[in-house]
Amino acid sequence: MKVLVCISHVPDTTSKINFMDNDTKFDTNGVQYVINPHDEYSLTRAMWLKENQGATVTVVNVGNATTEPTLRKALAIGADDAIRVNAEPIDGFFVAKQLAEVVKNGEFDLVIAGRESIDYNGGMVPGMLAALLDFNFVNACIGFEINGNNVTATREIDGGKEVLATSLPTVIAGQKGIVEEKDLRIPNMRGIMTARSKPLSIVEPVAFDSTTATINFEKPAARGAVKLVSADNLAELVNLLHTEAKVI
Amino acid sequence: MAVLVFAESTEGKFKKTAFEVTSYGKKVAEQLGTNLVVLTVNADDITSLYGYGAEKVLKINNTSLATFNAKIYADVIKQAATKENAQVVIIDSSSNGTYLVPLVAVNLNAGLATNVVALPSSTSPFIVKRKSFSNKAFNNSEIKTAIKVIGLAKNSFGLKEQAVTGSEETFSPTLINSGVTSTSVDKSVGKVTIADADIVVSGGRGLKGPENWKMIEELAEVLGAATACSKPVSDLGWRPHSEHVGQTGKPVTSNLYIAIGISGAIQHLAGVNSSKVKVVINTDAEAPFFKAADYGVVGDAFEVVPKFIEKLKEFKAQNS
Ligand SMILES: Cc1cc2nc3c(=O)[nH]c(=O)nc-3n(C[C@H](O)[C@H](O)[C@H](O)COP(=O)(O)OP(=O)(O)OC[C@H]3O[C@@H](n4cnc5c(N)ncnc54)[C@H](O)[C@@H]3O)c2cc1C
Repeated sequence: MKVLVCISHVPDTTSKINFMDNDTKFDTNGVQYVINPHDEYSLTRAMWLKENQGATVTVVNVGNATTEPTLRKALAIGADDAIRVNAEPIDGFFVAKQLAEVVKNGEFDLVIAGRESIDYNGGMVPGMLAALLDFNFVNACIGFEINGNNVTATREIDGGKEVLATSLPTVIAGQKGIVEEKDLRIPNMRGIMTARSKPLSIVEPVAFDSTTATINFEKPAARGAVKLVSADNLAELVNLLHTEAKVI
Repeated sequence: MAVLVFAESTEGKFKKTAFEVTSYGKKVAEQLGTNLVVLTVNADDITSLYGYGAEKVLKINNTSLATFNAKIYADVIKQAATKENAQVVIIDSSSNGTYLVPLVAVNLNAGLATNVVALPSSTSPFIVKRKSFSNKAFNNSEIKTAIKVIGLAKNSFGLKEQAVTGSEETFSPTLINSGVTSTSVDKSVGKVTIADADIVVSGGRGLKGPENWKMIEELAEVLGAATACSKPVSDLGWRPHSEHVGQTGKPVTSNLYIAIGISGAIQHLAGVNSSKVKVVINTDAEAPFFKAADYGVVGDAFEVVPKFIEKLKEFKAQNS
C-alpha cells in the first residue's frame, strides 16, 4: 500500500498574526512554522500503517523551499520520503490540483490529509483532491481501518458520528481521534539523523489558473474591556445577559 | 441566472442554518439583480423557506437520498446549479456542508471561499470576507471564476425574515454511484449539539475531575445549551472528544459561550472567539480568558456555578 500524507506548513498556534504591505501579505517575521496539527494526527496514523501493514509513507507539501524543514520533521517522525511541489500555494484549488498530479504520478492508494490547515482554514484541499482524482472521500475522519482494499472509516457529524464503508483508493481528511493525543509521534534523535539522508524530491507545478485571490487581510476589531460581576451578585450577571447582551 | 442555496434538512426538518443560508442567498441575489432558488432534499414542509426570501424552491423527494452521501449530494447540487444557470452556489458549514462544498466546487469548476462571514463587498469583482488564521484575522478574497461557491460560516449572518410569494418545482435529478456507503449513525438524541447550539457551556481543567461535571450539565440544561470542554479535559478522558472545542477541536460560533475553569490559552480562544458573547468564570483574575470575554466572574466555580444556576432558575420562573 502506498500512502501519501499531505503536510501543510503553518504558523505555530501561538504565533502573533500580523500583516504587511498594506495588509496584503502575512508577516512571517518571528513566526515559527510547524506541521499543521491535523496533519500531525494523520501522519501518526500513517506510521501505524507502515509498521503494522507494511505501507510505504510519502509526505508532500506544496510550497517554496522554506517549507523543507517541516517536511524534514515529517521524515524524522518516520515517513520514507518527501515530495515538495515547488510553488506558492495560491489557494486550495491550486494546491489540490498540484497534489492530484503527485498522486497520479506516484500511484498512491491512500491519501491522508488534515481536516483543514490552521492558517487559511479553507478545509477544501482533501475534498477537492478526491473529486479531481475521482477517489472515495471521508471528511472529518476520527478513525479508520484498512483491510485489503476495504476501508471502514468513522467521521464526525454534528452531534455524533457516522461509520462509512468504502474502498481504496481513498482520500481521508483526518483530525484528532484518528489517533489520540497520547499517541502523537514526535521526532527522536535517531529519526532526526536519518531524516537528513531520506529522499526529498522537488517537482515543478503544473499550470493552473488561480480561481481566487486574496485582496487583503483584516484583524478583528479591538474588543471592549471585560465587565466584571461580583461572585456574590450573580443575579446581576443574569440581568446583564438578558437586558444588555440579550442572549438569554 | 440565479443564486442557488442548498437548504439542509434532517428527518424532513430544516436546520436553523437552512434559513440562514436562505436569508444570505436572498441578499446576494438582490445584489446581483437575480432570483434565489433553494434546493431541498426530502424536506416535509418547504413553505417556511418563503419567509426568508426563497423565490423558488427546487424540491427533491427521493428515498435513495434519505441518507446523506457527499458525492451523490454534490452531484445533485451540480445538476441543480446547471439547470438553474446558477452564478453563485451557497452551502452552510454543518458537518455535511463542509463535506460537500469542495466536491461541489470541483464539479462546477468554480472558485470556492469557505468560512464566509458577510455579504460580498463587491459583486464585480466578486469579493467576500472570510475567517482565516483560526479567527485571528479575516481575509477578503476575490472569487474569479464564472461560477462562485460559498461556504457560509454558521451564525455569521443570522436569519433575516423577508417574506416572498415563492413557488415550488419538483426536481428529479439522476443519481450517480458513490463508492462510500453509510453503515451506521450514532447520534445523541435529545441533546443540543455544539454545532446547533445558541448557547455553549464549557468546562476546563479547573473543574478538577469528571465527577464535577454534574453542575456543568445542570447549567447547560437550564440554559438549553450544549456542553463543551477544553482540549486537556478530553485528552484526560474526563469528557468525550466530541466536546473538545478550540483550534484543533470544534469551532464554536454560538451567541453565548460560558467558559468555566478554562484559562483561555490562545489555541482555545482561536476556536471560540467567534461566539458573540463570552462569559468567563475563573479563580484567577489574571487568566487570559478575561481579556477575551465580555463578562467575567472572578471566583471559585464550585461556588459560582451553583449560585448562577439558582439565579437563572429564578429568572426563568419569572419570565415564563
Ligand atoms: C497545537 C496545539 C493545539 C491546541 N488546541 C487546543 C484546542 O483546540 N482547544 C483547547 O482548549 N486547547 C488547545 N490546546 C491546549 C491549550 O494550549 C491549553 O493547554 C488548554 O486550552 C488549557 O486548558 P484549560 O484551560 O482547561 O486548563 P488550564 O490551562 O490548566 O486552566 C485551568 C483554569 O482553571 C482555573 N481554575 C482552577 N480552579 C478553578 C476553580 N475552582 N474555579 C474556577 N476556575 C478554576 C485556573 O485559574 C486556570 O485558569 C492546544 C495546544 C497546542 C500546543
